[in-house]
Amino acid sequence: MITRKKWMKLTIIMFICTFLLVSGVHDRGAKAFSNQVIQIGAVGDDVIELQSRLQYLGFYTGKIDGVFGWRTYWALRNFQYEFGLKVDGLAGATTKQKLVRASQYNEKFVKDQINKGNKFTHYGGVDLNKQKTGGKDGAAGNTNQKPATRAPQGNNQNRNTANNNQQARGNNQGGGTTNQQPATPAAPAKPTATNVPNGFSQNDIKLMANAVHGESRGEPYIGQVAVAAVILNRLESPSFPHTIAGVIFEPGAFTAVADGQIWLTPNETSKKAVLDAINGWDPTGGAIYYFNPNTATNKWIWSRPQIKQIGKHIFCK
Amino acid sequence: MIRNILIGVLTVGIVGVGIWGYQEHKEKNAILINAENNYQRAFHELTYNIDILHDKIGTTLAMSSRTSLSPTLAEVWRITSEANNSVGQLPLTLLPFNKTEEFLSNIGDFSYKTAVRDLEKEPLTDEEYNTLQSLYSQATEIKNELRKVQHLTLKNNLRWMDVEMAIASGREAADNTIIDGFKTVEKKVEGYSETDMGPIMTSMQEKESGYRNLPGKKITKKEAVNIAKKYTNVSQNAKTKVVENGKGSDFDFYSVSIQDKNGETNMDITKKGGFPIWLINSRDVKEQKISLNDASIKANQFLTERGFKDLELFESTQYDHIGLFNFVTKKNNVRIYPESIMVKVALDDGSIIGFSAEQYLGTKNKHRDIPSAKISEEDARKAINKNVNVMETRLAIINNDVNDEVLCYEFLGTLDNDTYRIYVNAQDGSEEYVEKLQNAEPIYEDVTNGKA
Repeated sequence: MITRKKWMKLTIIMFICTFLLVSGVHDRGAKAFSNQVIQIGAVGDDVIELQSRLQYLGFYTGKIDGVFGWRTYWALRNFQYEFGLKVDGLAGATTKQKLVRASQYNEKFVKDQINKGNKFTHYGGVDLNKQKTGGKDGAAGNTNQKPATRAPQGNNQNRNTANNNQQARGNNQGGGTTNQQPATPAAPAKPTATNVPNGFSQNDIKLMANAVHGESRGEPYIGQVAVAAVILNRLESPSFPHTIAGVIFEPGAFTAVADGQIWLTPNETSKKAVLDAINGWDPTGGAIYYFNPNTATNKWIWSRPQIKQIGKHIFCK
Repeated sequence: MIRNILIGVLTVGIVGVGIWGYQEHKEKNAILINAENNYQRAFHELTYNIDILHDKIGTTLAMSSRTSLSPTLAEVWRITSEANNSVGQLPLTLLPFNKTEEFLSNIGDFSYKTAVRDLEKEPLTDEEYNTLQSLYSQATEIKNELRKVQHLTLKNNLRWMDVEMAIASGREAADNTIIDGFKTVEKKVEGYSETDMGPIMTSMQEKESGYRNLPGKKITKKEAVNIAKKYTNVSQNAKTKVVENGKGSDFDFYSVSIQDKNGETNMDITKKGGFPIWLINSRDVKEQKISLNDASIKANQFLTERGFKDLELFESTQYDHIGLFNFVTKKNNVRIYPESIMVKVALDDGSIIGFSAEQYLGTKNKHRDIPSAKISEEDARKAINKNVNVMETRLAIINNDVNDEVLCYEFLGTLDNDTYRIYVNAQDGSEEYVEKLQNAEPIYEDVTNGKA
């Protein structure tokens, strides 16, 4: 009889355990990553989750911005190292599984903060309400909470090992519990940062897109890439200024600058053309001048060695 | 009565228009003078800088000890950069003034390279001394000519606005003193041979010679189209157009354009050997369906299927719905950075929408013996800043700042929140190049607007 009772108890406990386990996994699974392998350079929702989860464990101390940059990469590798996984900096199935098990991700909190444009962090063991600063609506009592939110960041700056994280948690014992948010689905959030080619800022790209749009908006796509490539070739050339603004605003260099068409709002195509040119596409074969043969009046420009014609423009050395 | 009122109204109207016109005229003049003053400032600064430049080069020549030259050469370098800056603010783009600008840039390069060199260990060679002398005499000529122009502008109150208008209207203004003056300067500079600067091979020159030495036979237009079709997924009967390059190009190529339902694909192919230089498809990619990782596999597959060997993915980046991948050659476990290929993949269906082998072709056929490292990784590590936390190490060949290929240990390391790529020469242990890797940039609109 005793053994029977024991068995009964055991089965019940087992049953409850499995139920908890399954429901737990299910619960977390609902909010977990999509199937993709996340690699450096990627942008999007999965990266936001990856960064949040790595931050929860204290590996990632940067901004949760949805762009898989170098800081995220090293954080992921540290995580893989600490958890005995293959250290490859790729968030594949095993890594994601381990990460989901080890951490929590309050999607609603993170995405709300991103949408509101707040500064926030997502460390585990710290009251989430204390992890947001700035923003126009999260105002009440923010000033008092600031020191508390800074504490974990300060502690984690050294090197993001699990140990440091423990310390951080210890210091913030009074911080309260996590995840007291109502369970409404999170509004989709866009990444708050973007990849930019080495040595160029978004504003540089915008300025070039302005020039390309003003100079060649009626041209085929390839012709726009070509104009952007000429600007870049001039940067390299010894006979031109060595900054983007210098090249674009050199007096008499571009008609669109002279007649103000550069200040028209550029479209996405010209921005894409600029990015292509910066990333190494040069349809002009190294040209540093171009002109429209129908309207060009300057004799000297005709004397330059011509490389090819793209759309209405002749490109030359 | 009515007549008088009408006259009154008209008078008031005419006076009003007159006042308005006068205001406009005044404003226009103010703006013109402002623009003119900017030009004048740039011009007088240029002549002043050339004056000083001339003096400084003279000083370096007269210095008895060649080892104390560094500060003066650094000064020369600074002045050339300022002079270059002034030139960039003058309306000279459509004037033949390149040689003078190149001259300034060359002095800059030369003085920089010699100034940063340890002149205790490596004093100026006789050749370099001769170069300096010839630079000095060139500077003398330029200085004298510019002074003449400056004198005439001041004496006759010449305006740069007139120069700008003369150039813009395309009239070959033979009577424009300033334009003539600059043309004379240009001719004087042209008179000097370019070999004076010594054998500094630029990356551009190297690329050109690389293209000229591609192996293989000349291909026909038809073959070019066939090659282009191998790189795109178009139907056999898509509309194609082939154009030959112009006479000004350093090497011969065909430009193929293919029109089909996926928009236009453009591609340049070398005539010799039929190597693809680049390819661009102008299709719009509106959504993301596959991951960056899947796309990188597609890119790799695309390259291997087309016969590119020994390539390794080295950088991957996502821009909106496009994945961009940079591959470099890897031989005997050494990454060869000069041989790099870019591939652009659309993240909606994983098709290849861009390909660029421009750099790759330029150095692909260069004879290259990969030397073995003379110093150990441990020793190389000692050359790095102690605060850098080294995370990854490998061997790589890079172009250093005098454009020589050198074998280096590549260290990827972090310092505070930034990641750096540090190259230490594997032969002599010197730090060749340090690069701070780009962090993602915040999108300012979202930051300032608060609510998205």
